[in-house]
Amino acid sequence: MSSINTPTDELTQDDAVDRSLLLERPRQLHIARWITAGIVLFLVFVVAHSLITNPRFEWDVVFGWFASERLFTGLLRTLQLTIISMVVGIVIGVALALARLSKNIVVAAVASFFIWLFRGVPVFVQLLFWGFIAAIYPRIIIGVPFGPEFFSVDANTLITPFLAAILGLGLNEGAYMSEIVRAGLISVHRGQTEAANALGMRNLTVLRRIVLPQAMKIIIPPTGNQTISMLKTTSLVSVLAFPELLYSAQLVYSANFKTIPLLIAASLWYLLMTSILSIGQYFIERHYNRGSGRPVPKWDRERVINAFRIRNRTQETSK
Amino acid sequence: MNDIVVEARGVVKNFGALNVLKGIDLTIARGDVTCIIGPSGSGKSTFLRCINQLETLDGGYILVEGEPIGVKVKNGRVHLQSNAEVARSRANIGMVFQSFNLFPHMTVLENICEAPLRVKKESRSIVKNRALKLLDRVGLSSKAGSYPASLSGGQQQRVAIARALAMEPRLMLFDEPTSALDPELVGEVLDVMRGLAEGGMTMIVVTHEMGFAREVGDHLIFMDDGYVVEHGNPRTVLESPQHHRTQQFLAKVL
Ligand SMILES: Nc1ncnc2c1ncn2[C@@H]1O[C@H](COP(=O)(O)OP(=O)(O)O)[C@@H](O)[C@H]1O
Ligand SMILES: [Mg+2]
Repeated sequence: MSSINTPTDELTQDDAVDRSLLLERPRQLHIARWITAGIVLFLVFVVAHSLITNPRFEWDVVFGWFASERLFTGLLRTLQLTIISMVVGIVIGVALALARLSKNIVVAAVASFFIWLFRGVPVFVQLLFWGFIAAIYPRIIIGVPFGPEFFSVDANTLITPFLAAILGLGLNEGAYMSEIVRAGLISVHRGQTEAANALGMRNLTVLRRIVLPQAMKIIIPPTGNQTISMLKTTSLVSVLAFPELLYSAQLVYSANFKTIPLLIAASLWYLLMTSILSIGQYFIERHYNRGSGRPVPKWDRERVINAFRIRNRTQETSK
Repeated sequence: MNDIVVEARGVVKNFGALNVLKGIDLTIARGDVTCIIGPSGSGKSTFLRCINQLETLDGGYILVEGEPIGVKVKNGRVHLQSNAEVARSRANIGMVFQSFNLFPHMTVLENICEAPLRVKKESRSIVKNRALKLLDRVGLSSKAGSYPASLSGGQQQRVAIARALAMEPRLMLFDEPTSALDPELVGEVLDVMRGLAEGGMTMIVVTHEMGFAREVGDHLIFMDDGYVVEHGNPRTVLESPQHHRTQQFLAKVL
């Protein structure tokens, strides 16, 4: 009882604080959090109620067309556009990034100009230009400039709506991808190139075997975001009368006047596809962050549980 | 002439207006270990980098095994070497950097095999055999499958030495190979280098390890401000430096 650690001796008896109470930690209740959550849940309920009870949404029509072959064909064209435009964009992006890092100032300057132009003009306007290409160049001629021509074709025959879409989306994407690729390339330490050069490797080998694999860590995550964004941007191609997902829906509602249900059906497909890509993106980022010490973003489920868990203050602060 | 590996005459290098090398003369015989010491910024690294063309010369010339570096003589006229020719001559010169510069996305074994496979296009089994022998020689047989990030600095530098040796170079350049290491790890790298010297490798070593220079070096060069100030037997230079600036430098570091 006379141990120096226990506060029971005469000197502390008059103290205002009852130390035995301090051994138990009070709980943190997060009252404000519960109230806010309640308000938000109520708002969600109001919106959901209106979605279900408002007959003008015509959910039976929505789901009927959602599963229809016409929208599904449009969806496949959307996916096709997304993939091809991204591939074109990545190839052009790598080329532009290398050009901008080139020691040849003419090459670097032309690449910078290209990027400035294609990033500065809205992609919607670019798509219109490609659609109206025949107004600028009625015939497309392959040959020696100012010399003989080998091959000549009507622009409207060659530049189909599909090709115009790929050109518009791909070139625009290339301008954005070049910045992403460039950031990746310059993130690789100069010593890596020097070590590879010192071993006798040629520049192309150094790029392919040493620099690009390391740059991927920086390049891949934003490229995933670009792909998700591209999936939605393809809807602009409807202006070229190419029957991708949105234009397929428009074709249907221009005939049956079920405008809102068809727009919802198309939106559901876009949501489903972007969600799938986002999940893929999560795993890709986790893969490329491994070992780099950067934390991987957690699934929202865990964050929700953690936020409302009632815990001891000590646990909270020590976490 | 066959036993001269490096012959440098009047080597000049400028970075813009900065005159870094002001006329370096140096001859290195086969099997010799030449150590270069000198204050920071005196041009030691730059000279080493000129030998394997990580820098281009602004004056003078360097011959490696009798072949001019960076240029070729054809029909009595001097031409610049093509990129392929530059790469080919680098393949015969090994270089070890202060910061190791291992390829982080490859395992230790892949680091060592990459250049022989891609540059010399040797067969996979031959290259792998040689790599495993080299790993044994630097005492890292157990680390073949590890990634560089999981190795200590001393282990990384030993892998870097093995990687350079895998190309079977006739000359090895070391640029302060132990300067980035914790003191207790310096010894294991110097031991590997000592073994290499005993095996007859021609080596140029920029270093601050005076003990290594004294015991292993055949020649010691003191560089200052872009010049070779003093050149001689390591013991003689370290114990009775002739030049005033060498005396000052050694008084500071010893
Ligand atoms: N790529 C470069 N561009 C401009 N200056 C450089 C470059 N490399 C080295 N220098 C300069 O050249 C001088 C010599 O450098 P260096 O050869 O690295 O010296 P040391 O290895 O003896 O410390 C230093 O003043 C350094 O700043
Ligand atoms: Mg240096």
